[in-house]
Amino acid sequence: MANTLVIAEMHEGKVRKSTQSAINFARQIGAPFSILVPGPGSKAAAAEVTGFGAQKILAADDAYLANGVAECVAPTIAEVAKNGGYDVVVVTASSFGKDVAPRVAAKLGAGYVPDISGVKNEGGKLSFRRPVFAGNAYGNCHVNTPVQVVSVRQSEFSAAEPTGGASPIESVPIAAKDPAAERVSFLSMEAAKSERPDLGEARVIVSGGRALKEQFSTLLDPLANLLGAAVGASRAACDAGYATPELQVGQTGRVVAPQLYIAIGISGAIQHLAGMKSSKVIVAINKDPDAPIFQVADYGLVADLFTAVPELTAELKK
Amino acid sequence: MKILVPLKRVADPDNANKVKVNAGKLETTGLEWKPNPFDEYAVETALRLTENGANPKARLGEVVVVTFGGKDTETTLRSALATGADRAIRVDGADDQLDGDIVARALKALVDKEKPDVVLCGKQAVDGDSNQVAQLLAEYLGWPQATFAGTIKSEDDKALVVGREVDGGSIHLRVTLPAVVSVDLRIVAPKSVKSKHTADSHAYPEGVRFAALMAIMAAKKKPLGEVKLADLTSDTALKITYTSFELPPARKAGIKVKSVPELVEKLKSEAKVL
Repeated sequence: MANTLVIAEMHEGKVRKSTQSAINFARQIGAPFSILVPGPGSKAAAAEVTGFGAQKILAADDAYLANGVAECVAPTIAEVAKNGGYDVVVVTASSFGKDVAPRVAAKLGAGYVPDISGVKNEGGKLSFRRPVFAGNAYGNCHVNTPVQVVSVRQSEFSAAEPTGGASPIESVPIAAKDPAAERVSFLSMEAAKSERPDLGEARVIVSGGRALKEQFSTLLDPLANLLGAAVGASRAACDAGYATPELQVGQTGRVVAPQLYIAIGISGAIQHLAGMKSSKVIVAINKDPDAPIFQVADYGLVADLFTAVPELTAELKK
Repeated sequence: MKILVPLKRVADPDNANKVKVNAGKLETTGLEWKPNPFDEYAVETALRLTENGANPKARLGEVVVVTFGGKDTETTLRSALATGADRAIRVDGADDQLDGDIVARALKALVDKEKPDVVLCGKQAVDGDSNQVAQLLAEYLGWPQATFAGTIKSEDDKALVVGREVDGGSIHLRVTLPAVVSVDLRIVAPKSVKSKHTADSHAYPEGVRFAALMAIMAAKKKPLGEVKLADLTSDTALKITYTSFELPPARKAGIKVKSVPELVEKLKSEAKVL
């Protein structure tokens, strides 16, 4: 195994912190790695990732790569991987990573292993571990092609810490444009405005279910603010309109693993558990003593959440 | 508009915790098969895009469904035909001959023959949870993609404006057809899909439609063709090999606390997370 290429994700001119999960992966397999930062402003943003021990930072600084549109970005990732002789291409399994990585794999004729939770380097042969069936089983697999494309689960690969040093920054040109890109246009991004930490990065998550009804925000926000926590939600709460879709935690929403996950009025459907059961400490508050959430909770409180949550907020203020 | 919808059957996701591992192998025997929920949403989306919501019995386009597997997977196709799809294709192949990449390459060959305007996929199958076939297929076809669609609006069936559900918000894209779209959960909300035939004010019932008994009977007469996997792709080498499966480590049993003050005390002194 020669060389790993880490694909950074850019957002508003900066490198997203989620990129550090892919860097963690690159360090774990132990081969030299470089980081490709694709997008306008990447020459400046590249400085944010020079302290992680990469051989070099490759900046594809071009307006054509704005907004991470897969058809625009994939050709450049594939070209850089090919020209640099990289045999592992890794990206964090964010919505950007999941969107673009398969296109890159197809261009490279590479096998793609999505959303892995672990990797082992067995004498140069990589073995991957990934959750299947909503995390109710894990599969161990390997790739049979010379080049391998991988996306890593942010909740299982913690953000790599800087190690110091200064990787050199090189500019790379964008690849020839794909005809497919001419048939897609980016119209808008509506970002949920929030002062709170991102779900993928929060130390504490306060998460609510449908039982909160219209009081979802009035009950959870003071608690979350007090704890500096991100707010999450069950699918049922999102479907009912009590929480916005980007808050959804679960198999098909965000997969999280904070230090503390407080599940309030969440029954604990398999699909929800799939998104949070790697959390370090789980607290469940629910009035139904038989709710499945209690089977994964470290601390369970059987109580009416309309009184327990304000009480918890008040108690923590003391 | 002609739409192709790939379908996969999966072990009943509500019983996913009953998946067993025996000597490193997954055992799905005894689990009930169901269509992958996201694929059902894709079928519903395809139906909504090819009808006037006020008169859903008249199909104003064509919806073709396709699955990969043995004869017994035809049940999955028949259930899609019963809800309104026009025609079905089964690609004969066993599970251990398939991975996401082979499925995508075989679908490419099928698309070359069928020439749909849109391929609508579920964003992931809830067994493998891979989330890859739509994107791979789009690349193999050289088509644009719109993944994780929460809303779709047809612009005279020449382009689609797609609202994608992404981390931290949503993104709107316009894709000129033909294109590949993968759908997310909220695509089956009452006003998520706007076909060119349906009034803007029309609201569907939440979720996917169910087939009436008459429709289930009629579906038995709808055309269902069979294609051999080898006729669609000559390269049948798997790119990914699974060597073993295991169950996740069990979480150690927790405790129930009696009061909020006790909970806070435990989180501070025992768990040390506050």
